[in-house]
Parts: sequence; C-alpha cells; structure tokens
Amino acid sequence: MTTKKEPIWIARDLIKCSGCRKCEIACSLYHENRIWPEASRIRVFMPVPGADFPHFCTQCKNYPCVKACPVDALSISKKTGAVLVKTKACIACGKCIEACPGRVPHMHPAKNHIVICDLCNGSPQCVKVCQEGGWNVLTTVHRRARPYELYARTPEQIAKDLAIKMYGEQAEDYI
Amino acid sequence: MIKGYAGKILEVNLSTQAIKDIKIGDNILKDYIGGRGLATKILWDRLGKKWEKIDPLKSENILLFLTGPLTGYYPGGRICVSGKSPQSNGVIGSTVAGEFGVELRCACYDGIIVTGESNKPVYLFIKDSDVDIRDASHIWGKDAKQTMATLGRECRELLRKRYPKFGQLKEPSFLYVGPAGENKVRTAVVAAKWTHAAGYGGYGAVMGSKKLKAIAVKGTGPLPKAANIKEVKRLIKVVNDNIYENVLWRRWGTGSGGYEVGAETSSEPVRNWQDEWHNEKSFGVDQFENRVWIKQSWSDFGCPTCCLKVAMIKTGRFKGAITDNPDYEMQAYLGPNLGLFTPEENVFLSSLADDLGLCGIQTGNVMGFAAELFQRGILTKKDLDGIEPKWGDVEAFAALAKKIAYREGIGDLLAEGTYRAALKIGEKKKTDVLKYAVQSKGISIGAHGIRSGKDYPESISYACSVQGGDHTSTAGLPLDGSGSELSEIFNDSGVHCNFNVFGVPRKVKFDFYKAVTGIELTQKEWYKIKAFRILQIQRALLLLGGPDIKWKPKTHDENPPRFYEPLPSGPYKGKTVDKMQVEEDKRRYYNAVGWDENGIPKTKTLEKLGLEDIDKVLKKSCISKSMLK
Repeated sequence: MTTKKEPIWIARDLIKCSGCRKCEIACSLYHENRIWPEASRIRVFMPVPGADFPHFCTQCKNYPCVKACPVDALSISKKTGAVLVKTKACIACGKCIEACPGRVPHMHPAKNHIVICDLCNGSPQCVKVCQEGGWNVLTTVHRRARPYELYARTPEQIAKDLAIKMYGEQAEDYI
Repeated sequence: MIKGYAGKILEVNLSTQAIKDIKIGDNILKDYIGGRGLATKILWDRLGKKWEKIDPLKSENILLFLTGPLTGYYPGGRICVSGKSPQSNGVIGSTVAGEFGVELRCACYDGIIVTGESNKPVYLFIKDSDVDIRDASHIWGKDAKQTMATLGRECRELLRKRYPKFGQLKEPSFLYVGPAGENKVRTAVVAAKWTHAAGYGGYGAVMGSKKLKAIAVKGTGPLPKAANIKEVKRLIKVVNDNIYENVLWRRWGTGSGGYEVGAETSSEPVRNWQDEWHNEKSFGVDQFENRVWIKQSWSDFGCPTCCLKVAMIKTGRFKGAITDNPDYEMQAYLGPNLGLFTPEENVFLSSLADDLGLCGIQTGNVMGFAAELFQRGILTKKDLDGIEPKWGDVEAFAALAKKIAYREGIGDLLAEGTYRAALKIGEKKKTDVLKYAVQSKGISIGAHGIRSGKDYPESISYACSVQGGDHTSTAGLPLDGSGSELSEIFNDSGVHCNFNVFGVPRKVKFDFYKAVTGIELTQKEWYKIKAFRILQIQRALLLLGGPDIKWKPKTHDENPPRFYEPLPSGPYKGKTVDKMQVEEDKRRYYNAVGWDENGIPKTKTLEKLGLEDIDKVLKKSCISKSMLK
C-alpha cells in the first residue's frame, strides 16, 4: 500500500485479469456518472477469449503525448504525475494517440476531446474495485524514477503476448 | 419513455434485407420487462394464432436476442435468446453470458428481432446505429475459434474505418453458431466467447436455418440512463459484497460438482442415468485444478462471482483442447454420463462441443442415450456407422459428436435430439426406447437428478416446467419461493445472471429494478401478476406446440421413466421417485398455477390476467379436446 503524500503508479499483473470489467464500471461511474465502457479511462480488451486485460495510461517518464499536443491541452499533475486533459482546449486532433507507444488515449465517444487516466487524483477507483474483488490485477505502488513506458504497449501487442503465454503457439491462429 | 431502456429494438428481415427500428410500448415493457418475458409476449403477438403451424426451422419463425433493463447494471451481464424452440415447440428463454447484451445496449438497442431467412450465409454487424448485413460465405463451416478469429480481424478493421479518429476501440462482441447450427442440429447453441452458450431451446439451429452465422456489435455509448444512478451504485456494492462471501463458487465455480454431485448427493447422470452415484476421485476438483485449469477466474461483464475457469490440455493426445472450466453441467454430461472420469477427456469433449457449436448438456444426453441403446444391443455397430460407443471410449463419443454436428449417417438421426431420435429409433426397431430417453418435452434433463432427494430439484421440477428439462428454470412450490420458476423469470427477463442472486436478499433485485427504471415493482405484483402471466403464456404456447410434436399434459407432464427405477448403488441405493407423490405434487402445482386437472390453464386464470385471446386460441385448439381424453 501507499501513503497519501507520494505520487502513485498503478502496477499491473495482466495475466490475472478475470475480465470482470469492474474497473471499467467504476471508472466510468466516477468520471461520467454512467456505466460507459468506451468512455472509461481504463478499458478491458479481449481480442482472444480468456486473455482479457485492462489497458490504460502508464505515465511514461518523458510523456510523449503531452509533448505531441499542439494546443497545450495536456499537462502533468504535480501531485500525482497523471496526464490531465483540459477538455475545452483539446481539439480532438488525435496527435497524442499517435505519439503514445501504447495507443492508450482515445476520444470521448460523445464529446470532442481526448480521455486519459487521471489516477482519480491519487485514489484510483479501478484499483479499489479490483482489490475488493480479490483479483489484485491492479495495485497502487509508489511512483519511482522507472521506465514505466515499457508498459505502454498496444492492445494488439499485449493480447498476443498474453494469448501465447496462456495457449502456446496455437494462439497465433486466434489473434 | 421508461428509464433504463434504450427505447428501440432492431428488426432485420433477412428475406428482404429490410432493416428498421421498432418501439415497444411502455405498458408492454412494464408488464414483460425484457428478455424471456418480452420474448414470450412478442412471440405470442406475432405468431400466437398460427403457432401450431409454425415450423421452428423455417423462415416463418422469428429469432429474438433481447436484453433487459438490468443488463449491464445488475452484476453479471447476459443476453436472452428466444423464438419458437425446435426442441420443445414452445418458448424458451435461453440466456448466454458475456458482453454482447451490454454492447447492444451501448449501441442504443434493447434487442434484435430477426425474421425471414437469407438465401446465402450472412452476419450482422451493428456499429451504434449503423447496421450492415454482410456476407459470411468465408466463415460458413468454420468452428468457433476460427469464426471468432476471422470475424474479429475483419470487424476490428471495419471499426477503424468507421471511427477513424477514435483511437483504439475495444473489440466488438459476437454471438455465432458453429457447424451444428448451420446444419440445423436441434441441440445446436448460440455461442459467445468460444465457450459460452445459450443451449436450451436449440436456437443455434434457428440461427442456422436463417443462414445467420453471427452477429457482431459495437456500442460506443453509455448504458441507457438509469432513474437513480446513486442507488444503482449502492446496489451494485450490496450485490458484490454478498457475492464476495460466496467462497465456494468464487474458488471452484461449479467445477467441484463433477465429483461431489455424484459422490455426495447421488444426483449426477452416470452412463445415461443408469446410475446417479459414482465415487471416482479421478474426477475430483483438485484434479481439474492441478491438471487443466490455466486461469483460476474468468468472468463476464460486471460479475463478482467469476465462476469460470479457463482449461487447456498442454500435452498428450488431447493437446491443444481449450474450454471454460468445464462447469458442472459439462463435467457431468461429457464425463460420467458417458462413462468418462478424467479431466483431460472431459476438457477435450467440452472443447469439441464448443468448436462444433453443440450444446454439451443435450449432446451429452443424446450420446449417452445412443450408448445405452448400443449397450443393450438395440443399436448395432452397423446402425452407428461403425462407431462403437462403449462407456468411457472418448474417441467413439468424439466421432459421434462430429457425426451429429454435420448430420452424417447416424448423426442425422441423433441431431434431432433425444426425444425425436427415440421416436424414430423406436419406430425403426419396433421397440420402446423412450424409457431410456432422459428428457422432458424435448429438452434434456439438466444434470441434477431427483431420485436421491438430496439435490435441489423436486419431484415435478422438470415434469411441470414450461422450459422442460432446463435445470435453471424448474417448477416448484411455493410459487414465490426463491427457486420457483417465477423467480427465474425475473432473472431471465432482467436480463442478468441467476448466479448473482444467490445469497443476496431477494429485495435487492426488486430495488435494482426500481433504481434503474424508476418504476416500483412489488414482489406481490411480480409473483401474482406479471411473472404469473408470462408463465401462463409460455405454458399456452408449449401446449399449442406443433407442427411435428404436441405435448399432452397427461402423458408429458411426467418424469422420464428412468427416474422411477431405483438407484442401483451408492449411499442412496434403492431410492426412487414415488409416482403417487408426483401425482399429488402435480395436483397441488396445477391448483397453485390455476390449471385444470388436465394441466390446461383455466379460462378464469387467463381472463384474470387479461389473456382472453390466448384462452380462446388454446381452447379452440385440437390439443385441448384430445387432451381431455
């Protein structure tokens, strides 16, 4: 567990994901006051059945998304290290999606701006429900100067890795 | 408009390729909710007057995929598949877990009605309000995993084109049929996620008869707005907190049943129910856990239980087989029922059933039936195209399953399901083989026997159910009991998983309904009027039946003959079902549900529920007259 003062990071143990999507439900309820899977800042992908996993921002050390934004709509939270979106400034150009090594940011399905995990200002709802359920796929840890961008991988890349880890080489046929 | 609904249903006519949105009136939604209830109402309204003449496997049947207002809100998302059943000739509310119902509601549809039939294989692709009927020739004939991989790639690409600026959308959800559905096998399922199935009812065959290989759906919107989201949040937590206490299902799913239901309660099908007891420790849950489970918890939308496991065989002759769990029903029917007692054989057959799109319960039942006829010398090796289904011969059963899925040789006969196959074999062999058919009204009995009296079904659970042998919707008294059919109609109409109501105070799901829809629904109103009305329509349509088979309550509101044979071994050896008790229970049940002594809903019962039109059709029908004899 973490103390309140320090910035956090959400550690992830993807192979344990049950695909219950309670993280999506909690995230979209918190941010949108609706159950809204595609508006959730954390989304569970399942291109290969059984190999479900959550996909969300890793807060890369060099924040390529923030650098790529042409209108300064993205900033870095001093408190949490999360990428914050100024929704009014965002022009929904998608440059941050292209800049992200994991193609994590995505448009809000109904509004003209990007959505990115904001770490719920330090107490992420997704982690809470994942822990409550005992899955422990998501855990909050102290943020250190580490290459978290390693975790910024596309859903296709992650799905392939997990599916092969689970099912072996025959998984190539399923992707 | 009532809160919690998208407010429209997609109707697709595959004969004319016409696509339209239809609206269902608020009063109908209030009375029938969604899923099973609404399906029953739609089917009665559209097909009721000509019901007896409707062939379930011809274009005149309609196929329904319906959510309910609780889908996606109540933890454990499902969707209900329905239509005129090619098994019972009535209506079955057959639900399948997964994200499909949630995606559909996020695409702003409460359901899909499919009418007519296509002249070539097609699949539907719903992207919010865009709906395409697309060619499926390239996936026709493909198994579950090939179908999902091919469609997955294709649909993800189409989504990229449809939403070029969104970024990465999640994959769409799919429902599909395997080769068995395409070949109109009556035990074919509508499947999802490789391993999930709407099995009871045989709607895979209906989908196949319409040449509809699959439906893909991507909804980018939110769930339809709930009346009181704050209360919904509270109730989700109440359900979760209660379910998190259910250590047994969370840890083992129903996978501990394969051994326990046989060894402890003597209610597991063993060798086509010739026994219900076994003590084969090789089939213990520890063996499944240590040898085949590769993922401890696998789940569907919002589910706190996560009863599923992913199982895979990594070495040996069954290498490469993947399935979920298997859960208890698959363990029993593709295990002891065929004389098989190892996890590897069980996973292999379960995976094969998934791939072919066969219902593991009902295909396991019909294969067990064939194996018993072989054991008794009624069916010979020649009759069975050279296959010798000896108990425990996994290769023989795999060969038989393939024959069934492709309707080849003996498979064509067994593909009719146990009851219809029994009629045909009996005629051909000039001997009564119905006594070996363990089914009720064309639907195989779920893997929970009643002879020991130690499991949950009662003496008339299957005999009087409007869904025949369906172990998830059993008849019993009191009518407002938590295990009664009227309680199950709530879950199937809601539409959400019935596992997430166990251990949760009953009040919660009614509170949930109010929080989502804004409408107060009292338990009294549900049990005395609304669910009761749905039950009566299901009963009426079941009795109208046809065209190939009609059920007479006197003959068919009955247990399979096997349940009157004493259990041959185990701690409950000698126990059987008392026929006098069944008659007495049936009388009490008929009385409670307002049916006359012949099992026909009374005019008074139907009129009180505003079902005068149904009463007229039912009473005019030839079945009523013949049933009085």
